[in-house]
Amino acid sequence: MCFRSKPVTYRIFTIRTAKALKLPSIRAIVAAISSEIRDGSEVRERTVISFENVAYNYGGGELLSEISLRLAPGSFHFLTGPSGAGKSTFLKLCYAELLPTAGHVTIFDREVHSLSRDEVAQSRRRIGVVHQDCRFLDHLPLAANVTLPLTVSNREVSGQDLGDLLTWVGLRHLADAVPPSLSGGERQRAALARAVIVDPEVILADEPTGNLDWEMSLRLLTLLVELNRMGKTIVVATHDLNLIRQAKAQVPARVLRIRNRRIQLAGADL
Amino acid sequence: MIVKTVFTRLLGGDRQSDRVVPPSGHTAWLTSFTAGAMTFLAVFALALSLAAGRMAERWSEALARTATVRISAPPEQLDLQTRVVLDVLATTPGVENARALSDEEQRKLLEPWFGPDLPVEALPIPRLIELTEATDGYDAEGLRQRLAAEAPGAVLDDHTRWRRPLASAAGRLRLLGIMSIVLIGGATAAMITLAANAALAANAQVIEVLRLVGARDSYIARAFVRRFTIRAFGGAMAGAVAGMLCVLLLPSAEAAGGFLTGLGFTGFGWLLPLALPVIAAIVAFFATRRAALKKLRGLT
Repeated sequence: MCFRSKPVTYRIFTIRTAKALKLPSIRAIVAAISSEIRDGSEVRERTVISFENVAYNYGGGELLSEISLRLAPGSFHFLTGPSGAGKSTFLKLCYAELLPTAGHVTIFDREVHSLSRDEVAQSRRRIGVVHQDCRFLDHLPLAANVTLPLTVSNREVSGQDLGDLLTWVGLRHLADAVPPSLSGGERQRAALARAVIVDPEVILADEPTGNLDWEMSLRLLTLLVELNRMGKTIVVATHDLNLIRQAKAQVPARVLRIRNRRIQLAGADL
Repeated sequence: MIVKTVFTRLLGGDRQSDRVVPPSGHTAWLTSFTAGAMTFLAVFALALSLAAGRMAERWSEALARTATVRISAPPEQLDLQTRVVLDVLATTPGVENARALSDEEQRKLLEPWFGPDLPVEALPIPRLIELTEATDGYDAEGLRQRLAAEAPGAVLDDHTRWRRPLASAAGRLRLLGIMSIVLIGGATAAMITLAANAALAANAQVIEVLRLVGARDSYIARAFVRRFTIRAFGGAMAGAVAGMLCVLLLPSAEAAGGFLTGLGFTGFGWLLPLALPVIAAIVAFFATRRAALKKLRGLT
């Protein structure tokens, strides 16, 4: 199915950063893209992702154990824990890159073990993932990488909306650059742009600010907060406590901590 | 139907899908080269098969319509029995004509073995009568019984002994040709599968990224299948054209002698090699598709 692009007639500047930079808000950009690629017939589930007594075993012992939680639509969660605690594994379980060795993971009301490979692919079109290592197709220019989720589902986005999205993440001038020529921070921002271009219901970010300076981290956080206000479910794995504090000042984010293979709700120290 | 399916998917499919796979170096020329070399060989297998089949059919047909009556009798009875046999043959339904070979013709028949100066008239050589049967054929058993009754020294040889192995050889030659082409097709499929697997392994990260952003297996497979099919078709077309040129440049039948008579293609037979690139493309399509889907099923 091909969705023809429509001209975006207005842009709403809703956030301070966007105003300061004289850029359109991500709300407007995503709304514009969303109007092009959605047919409005989707039914939103009550729980986007849920874990029920989930365990994951890498073969060398259990990494995660007895994980039970539900990610409600529109919720914002931070995931913290020491390196190697299983944050990335948890996120991979959320988009079925890994399957639990025990328990049940449900994505959009479907148990992951019951999903066919095509259904897994379909689910991933509703989940935007920002990887720690920012995986790209190195032979394609940045713009093609950002629109890749649309390309693989035979959808299109207008050049103006793509330009706006790249402008927001500060990469418009690098639209024709190939990923190997980008810095770590540029790659992170490109990964985020790729994650949001399909107007996903869930955004999973694994250390998204790991390679960014504080200013860019805040800008990225602002983007995530804006997306959350639009009703997106956000899960961010991070070590950055300052970032978490900054976010909690803006949205009612919950902080989950992985300790001793289990996930706990973090205390008030955050 | 298969051809239509293959080309509809190739030409009508998502051309953007093959852009997501980076251009690969050695698998590209390996696929084209393999398809070209195999098709080149297949053209020769086809030419030899068709030529051998035609030659054996020609022999078989020529022998099938003729028979020989051999008269072994004392010299004083030889002419008499010859006349009797000719009379019998003249009244046998299904025999178009019959004639006794002259001494000169018999000498020529024996010349390859005994040389040109053989004194045929001085040797006790049987008299040969050559008969040509009509389209409806004759009753060989009935004719044998009549000859036994009227000319005891006459023996009918209807060439069955020679014809049967020739017909069998013709069938085996055709089978051999078909088997060669099937083996060449199988080898092509195996080579393309190996090349496709190498390309899939080399592009593991690309596949991972595509899966991550929600690409279905069929989309990813199509990117590889389209590329390999087009390469195989291109290589096979070059191989087919080269093969046809070589067949065309073979020495003519007159110059090469009887053995090579009819080698190559005739008439519409020249169109047959052009079907080989299409077959190669179909083989590549299914070999790559199978390899890609198998590989992708192994990933999460």
